[in-house]
Amino acid sequence: MTTATVSGNEFRKTLRSIHIPPVYFFLILVFIAGGLLDQFFADGQIFKNQAIMLNIAVRSVALGIVAVGQSLVIIGAGIDLSVAYTISITAVMSSYIMQGKTENVPLAILGVFAIGALIGLVNGLTVTKLHVNPFIATLGTSLIIKGIINATFSNYTGSVPESFQYFGYGTIGPVPVSIIILLLVVLGGWFLLARTKFGSHLYGVGGNAEVARLSGVRTDRVLIGAYVICSMTAVLAGLFLVSQMQSGAPWVGPNGVYDLNSIATTVIGGTALSGGKGGVWGTLGGVLIFGVLETVFNQLGVNPYLKTVLQGAIIVLAVASYTIRSKKEAA
Amino acid sequence: MTTSAITSPGGFSQILRSTWGWIKKIPPVYPIFFIIFIVLGLLNPNKYQTMNGAMTFLRTASPLAVLAIGEMFVLALGGFDLSVGAIVTFVVLVSSKLLANDPANAYPAILIMLGFGILIGLVNGLVVSYLKVPSFIATLGMMLLVRGGALYWVGGAPQGYLTDNWRAFGRNYIENVPLFGRIPYALIILIVIGILSYFIFHRAHFGKQILAIGDNVRASQLSGVRIRLVRVITFIICSVFAIIGGVMIGGYGGVNVTIGEGLEMQAIAACVVGGVLLGGSKGSVPNAIFGAFTLQAIVNLLNLLGLPKPYTDAVQGLIIIAAVAYAALSTRKKL
Amino acid sequence: MNEDQNMIVQKKNTELEPLLEVRNITKRFPGVVALNDVSLKFMPGEVHAVVGENGAGKSTLMKIIAGAYIPDSGTIYLSGENVSFSHPQEAQLQGISIIYQEFNLLPERTVAHNIFLGREPSKFGSLDIRQMNRQAKEVLKEIGVEEMISPTALASSLSVAEQQLVEIAKAISFKAKVLIMDEPTAALTYTEVKLLADLIGKLKDRGMSIIFISHRLVEVFDIAEKITVLKDGQLVNTVNKKDVKPADVVFMMVGRTLDHYYPPLGKAEDFGEVVLKIKDASNEIIKDINFELRKGEILGIAGLQGSGRTELAQALFGVMPFKSGTMELHGKAIAIKSPTKAIKNKMGFVTEDRKSEGITPRQPIRDNMLLTVRAIQSLFGPILKDGIRKSPKLVPMLGKQVDIRTDSFDREAQYLSGGNQQKVVLAKWLASDADVFIFDEPTRGIDVESKASIHDMIRELTKRGVAVLMVSSELPEIIGMSDRILVMSDRKLAGELAAKSSEQEIMLMATGHSNTNIKNTALAGKE
Repeated sequence: MTTATVSGNEFRKTLRSIHIPPVYFFLILVFIAGGLLDQFFADGQIFKNQAIMLNIAVRSVALGIVAVGQSLVIIGAGIDLSVAYTISITAVMSSYIMQGKTENVPLAILGVFAIGALIGLVNGLTVTKLHVNPFIATLGTSLIIKGIINATFSNYTGSVPESFQYFGYGTIGPVPVSIIILLLVVLGGWFLLARTKFGSHLYGVGGNAEVARLSGVRTDRVLIGAYVICSMTAVLAGLFLVSQMQSGAPWVGPNGVYDLNSIATTVIGGTALSGGKGGVWGTLGGVLIFGVLETVFNQLGVNPYLKTVLQGAIIVLAVASYTIRSKKEAA
Repeated sequence: MTTSAITSPGGFSQILRSTWGWIKKIPPVYPIFFIIFIVLGLLNPNKYQTMNGAMTFLRTASPLAVLAIGEMFVLALGGFDLSVGAIVTFVVLVSSKLLANDPANAYPAILIMLGFGILIGLVNGLVVSYLKVPSFIATLGMMLLVRGGALYWVGGAPQGYLTDNWRAFGRNYIENVPLFGRIPYALIILIVIGILSYFIFHRAHFGKQILAIGDNVRASQLSGVRIRLVRVITFIICSVFAIIGGVMIGGYGGVNVTIGEGLEMQAIAACVVGGVLLGGSKGSVPNAIFGAFTLQAIVNLLNLLGLPKPYTDAVQGLIIIAAVAYAALSTRKKL
Repeated sequence: MNEDQNMIVQKKNTELEPLLEVRNITKRFPGVVALNDVSLKFMPGEVHAVVGENGAGKSTLMKIIAGAYIPDSGTIYLSGENVSFSHPQEAQLQGISIIYQEFNLLPERTVAHNIFLGREPSKFGSLDIRQMNRQAKEVLKEIGVEEMISPTALASSLSVAEQQLVEIAKAISFKAKVLIMDEPTAALTYTEVKLLADLIGKLKDRGMSIIFISHRLVEVFDIAEKITVLKDGQLVNTVNKKDVKPADVVFMMVGRTLDHYYPPLGKAEDFGEVVLKIKDASNEIIKDINFELRKGEILGIAGLQGSGRTELAQALFGVMPFKSGTMELHGKAIAIKSPTKAIKNKMGFVTEDRKSEGITPRQPIRDNMLLTVRAIQSLFGPILKDGIRKSPKLVPMLGKQVDIRTDSFDREAQYLSGGNQQKVVLAKWLASDADVFIFDEPTRGIDVESKASIHDMIRELTKRGVAVLMVSSELPEIIGMSDRILVMSDRKLAGELAAKSSEQEIMLMATGHSNTNIKNTALAGKE
């Protein structure tokens, strides 16, 4: 009898310790709203269409991958505005190196990850060693990358071999490869944050850098690590995007507004811009919200500009649902 | 040699020391701007050593300066306004439609725009004050709203051209001015706004309260500062200045869908180069103005040196980082 | 127990090796010599207090011992061995732990995470959370608080006293031999202080050397065995507690006897008409408040932490307004719903936490002093550098009145000492010409001399006809300053006591015993 109660208690304790980020309730609301819109305006065709539902997930992959990286940086009380152009430079460079030949693919991948690591390193060093505000540091980096891209490429460049397009279009069974990769990235992010010293230290640095420093945490290294990881996720997202195109284009990053969107989804997911708290599952929720909205609006044929308007309103309202209860004044 | 002609050694080094102390206090943006401008003058005397050329420069630089002043108000409060670029786009696109190619509509159109400016700033301020949403997010949302709204209103493309009288504010000059030759309207607008802003920020209670709020909200609250009123007015000022800047930019550059892109970042960068601290508690109208001038001068310099436009972006990025790093390092030394 | 606590605590008359010794420590900062050739010995199994005015060098010395500062000259010996630290963590690993006044905890992380930040246990490269929680629980057990505090609790959910216990647990987990505490009792209630004193006693019995900085001489005399006095960076003397009286210590600290800690209380003829009358007032936190405040008197508000004292002050000032009941100011019914309205009605509020609520640190002193008077001026009206149109020379006048020690009013407020910052806050409110003043912990964390001058100023205010309400957790301050005492308990008004009531009477009422020895004038209700 006692063993049963003991394991029962353990079970209950574990259940209680899994807290679902509030953003998922919001996601459910969005789903319901989307479903209603679907019923009224599309005879319920949208949600019944499996391909479209799958599309929601696939649309979310690029943003989802880079948002995980952004969440890490934001938890460290930083911000990374360079991800959009990192995605762009990944798209063009990888496509350029590949030149449509499968044997070039490994070199291309290596090459862009190296570039990403360099970008992340520069971001991290500028913030930690030159003591430049992360907003400015990554803004500056993004301008530099933008300059380099525009100086060298102005249009579609190189080409992507079909074999690589497996990343973008392939499936393992019914599940698209890209979604599996997204889930792996989110899991990886979660593991890093919750189950490694790096994660523990990152929360410390973001919560109170001085306290972390006094506890022997190498704050500089931790932050640089976060920026490098973020840039690498941007590279991965860029590779995914380019695998869906015939060849890479320099406007891929800014067009998708990956910088501000990755920040918005992180904040909607419950991670505060001030750092020290939050997590990647919430961010995934935020990304899915964006994905559902995007898909529903597209299917309903909503004017793309109205879509932008609604997007803006939703971001503010979603964040407001957290902040409205707070007693402190906002900045 | 009579000793009376020479001041005692103690007095002289005292003067040197106080002058040096005074020099140290000059914000770096001024010497940097003048050095760059002098270099420009050496490289292209026709354009930069003449009064004419200087006025042309000022016509181009003034709009950014107006935007920067507005942004500075919000930065000093401890916030961000990311919607100013979208507001410029809005002004240019929507005006092209409202004008309906008829000059008679110019002034009413501008008034309507100003009304929108007040509305946008009001919403920004209210969202931050009552929904407690951080201004970064609130104005980010507003940016999307305004940009999307503008594009929706005009159906994705400009609906007409901007009439000459509407464009006068950004493009034309007052001719035949003694000593100066010609003065751009844009500069006049900047001067008027600059003086007004200087007064309310540096010489009126309003500015002091902005600084107090940016420094310590709680202490300000408990000292009776009307936080929400000050905040809403600040955001309104920023949006209205963005509208004015938009009229100036549209006047100078004409209609174009991407015209406002990245301007909010440039405005923030101008303030940062001028020494405004991100996070609040410090600010200065003249510094913001000269920060904008410096940014513009740098762009011009790079163009003059034959650097292709893309590299200009890159160098601009480097310079912004350098400016902030310099500021960060010098504040650290003080500790 | 700890395996390296094999130091035997011997009787006091045996010559013991000092556990920690500092010799000839000197430390300079730009423009000031913080410590000048200070040498001290700290014995195992002993509680040693370090006292002195603000700026005497106590914090600097502690930071040097804890490895946060590097001395310009001098040596440190730990258990007889010469040591030097270039990073606080080195000192921590060698057994010297310091607990700062503003705790070094991460509010959004659990207790276990906080204790083991930087040295988290790992298994196969990943965090071993179960082990970490288990180790945390063990450490909490060592100080006897495993029932009170759970390793998985968020630091932000703990009370101030509990957070301090976590800090102590952290020190224990580092096998600390020397524990330094900076103002450990400043934010604790009476009962919590007693618990802390017990814990310190237990730690001392294990052979630890406890060093603490405090401005509260009563507690110093309660808890410490040795007292060291620093003044202007130099060692004045180290004495045994039993050989001296508090007055002697004060004399050593300031160089002159402060012959009255507290200015004399008011006499019946000093008190005027009722200025503030609260009847049956309640808000979300406090309930059924009834009292009156008269012109020229100091009404002390006592009570345990959490009893609602600060909430009462905040309700009166409109920060967390009353939701029901009536308030009369100068005989007129009024509802104060915001600080702005309170200020317009000539009320002033000197807050509990000057750093986060009192000053705007990066603004010049003069702007700090003028913040309140400017707030009610017209928004776009022109400013005057030193005052307002009615009184243009306000800043220098007030500066002299509150005795601020500074070379220039242009200096940013953050560079002032704690005592001077509090004076700036006081000046700010004096400027506003308020006639009802609310003080919340007016002298917390302030050196003795500034304390006395602030107390004098508060009494001076009443002589000008101002009515003062003073919330304080320092019973001596309540007893020393109040003409009447209101006691809060469990978010209600427990009762009223006369001036010069004893600590026991106040504590009894504060802990809910409202029958013996209590004059219940306020609650009896005036007919």
